[in-house]
Amino acid sequence: MREVAILGVAMTKFGNSEKTNMEMFAEAGLEAINNSNIEARDLEALFFGNCLGTFEEGQMHMAAFAHSAIGMSMSAPSTRFEGACATATVAVRHAALLVGAGLYDMVIAGGAERTTAMGTPLATRTFAMGSHAQYETPLGITFPGVFGMAAHLYSKKYGIPIKELKRNMAEVAVKNHFHGAMNLKAHFQKEISVEKVLSGVLIADPLQLLDCCPFSDGAAAVVVGSADRAKQLVNKPIYIAGMGQAAAGPLYQQQDLTRVVAREVSMKTAYKQAGIGPQDIDVCELHDCFTIAEIMAIESMGFYEFGKGYDAAAKGETRLGGKVVVNPSGGLKSKGHPIGATGAAQVTEIVEQLRGESGSRQVKGAKIGLVDTLGGDFGTVCNIILRS
Amino acid sequence: MNAECTFQEYQKGLAEDKILGVLCADCSAVTVPPQAVCCKCGSQKLSSKELGKTATLKTFTVIRVAPEGMNPPYIVALAETDEGPWLMGNLIGFDPEKADLELIGKKVSISSQEVKGDIYAIGDIRSLTFSLQ
Repeated sequence: MREVAILGVAMTKFGNSEKTNMEMFAEAGLEAINNSNIEARDLEALFFGNCLGTFEEGQMHMAAFAHSAIGMSMSAPSTRFEGACATATVAVRHAALLVGAGLYDMVIAGGAERTTAMGTPLATRTFAMGSHAQYETPLGITFPGVFGMAAHLYSKKYGIPIKELKRNMAEVAVKNHFHGAMNLKAHFQKEISVEKVLSGVLIADPLQLLDCCPFSDGAAAVVVGSADRAKQLVNKPIYIAGMGQAAAGPLYQQQDLTRVVAREVSMKTAYKQAGIGPQDIDVCELHDCFTIAEIMAIESMGFYEFGKGYDAAAKGETRLGGKVVVNPSGGLKSKGHPIGATGAAQVTEIVEQLRGESGSRQVKGAKIGLVDTLGGDFGTVCNIILRS
Repeated sequence: MNAECTFQEYQKGLAEDKILGVLCADCSAVTVPPQAVCCKCGSQKLSSKELGKTATLKTFTVIRVAPEGMNPPYIVALAETDEGPWLMGNLIGFDPEKADLELIGKKVSISSQEVKGDIYAIGDIRSLTFSLQ
């Protein structure tokens, strides 16, 4: 595979938006195109992510409209990707694969999601469609419920009293809000305390309100091209060093849900392709849809041994200035989680970090960064390792 | 795929208080609910298998913010059957407000109840329930 690079990146402010999915995507897409010093007509394909447009706006088949909304040429195909919360990362990976294969020289990938248009009860129902519709959804399981079950099992398996685990989970939320408070694009730009997390309403035991990421609106886009073209067009191309993607069946078949085995498989592929290991990662944007999810992720990635990652945030090891900075954007927790756009926003953050453009939340001297996104009940995991 | 291994047959089994799965001729793993291939090794050499009705509760949550149409609070749990497969079900006959980690490791009996399908579901579905033994 030939070398692939990322040129321009962009994301809208995440939060509650009055704009339509297409308007949000156009905002991010056009900014990414402009930052790449190209025209929309130079793009040879669009890899577009969206999960729930049918429920949000009554809109199916958004990829073709997204293509028109940014002024692409009719000869450039546009394809919708759906991998639950990992949607946009999967779209970016497929864009990079086809550029790497030599089929295209310059493409765009990203996504949009307008979850708040549904309201919380319908949003909770439609998100639960990511679980098995015959064997899990009828039980009333929700995503917070899945991660609540993971937290209880983690507590039991590793002998960490639930009170202690919850305090450490709260530290993850506090850390990500500390980072997000420095991000003008974040849904929530304010710091919170451990006490505040621990006094929130219960959502799905043991998860409380501030253990959970919000429903957000937003879009993000990434221009992906051959390294040769990228070097001609932008000052600091960011290179794709390695990628991985893995799939797993329904949750009940995965059994021990303290381990996201699909992530372990995906990360192994990505590390091997990049020729590096966990010790080489300077900065990481990972899937902290819930506080326990970040703890599980840093263990799957090899930053910590299994059962030992729970107090990393409390010790400051994953905070700015720590040994591996996790979610400097604020993560899904504070930056927000418009599911069809999330992965492209994670790539946006890592690209800006590796270019040294992240202002007050810059990870000093970051050279290698990791993107991690998890979709559904651990059913899709996609990872992208980037280097400057 | 054997006729007795379809979703419809599995549902009919639950209505008759039977838990039907499939047994793999290659690796001996049991897959339940049934599907066309073994969940462990992917083999298509399967025969039908009725499971026992006891399991060990492995983890749980109390759902307090529910999808529309559900009535929280209620308990969702994962339990490991004596034959090996894990199943997801609702723990019933137990006060959600009293649910704590003491539940993990407890023996449960598996049964089922009918859940009304909403406009998105394929219809009413019998889903699994667990009761403490």
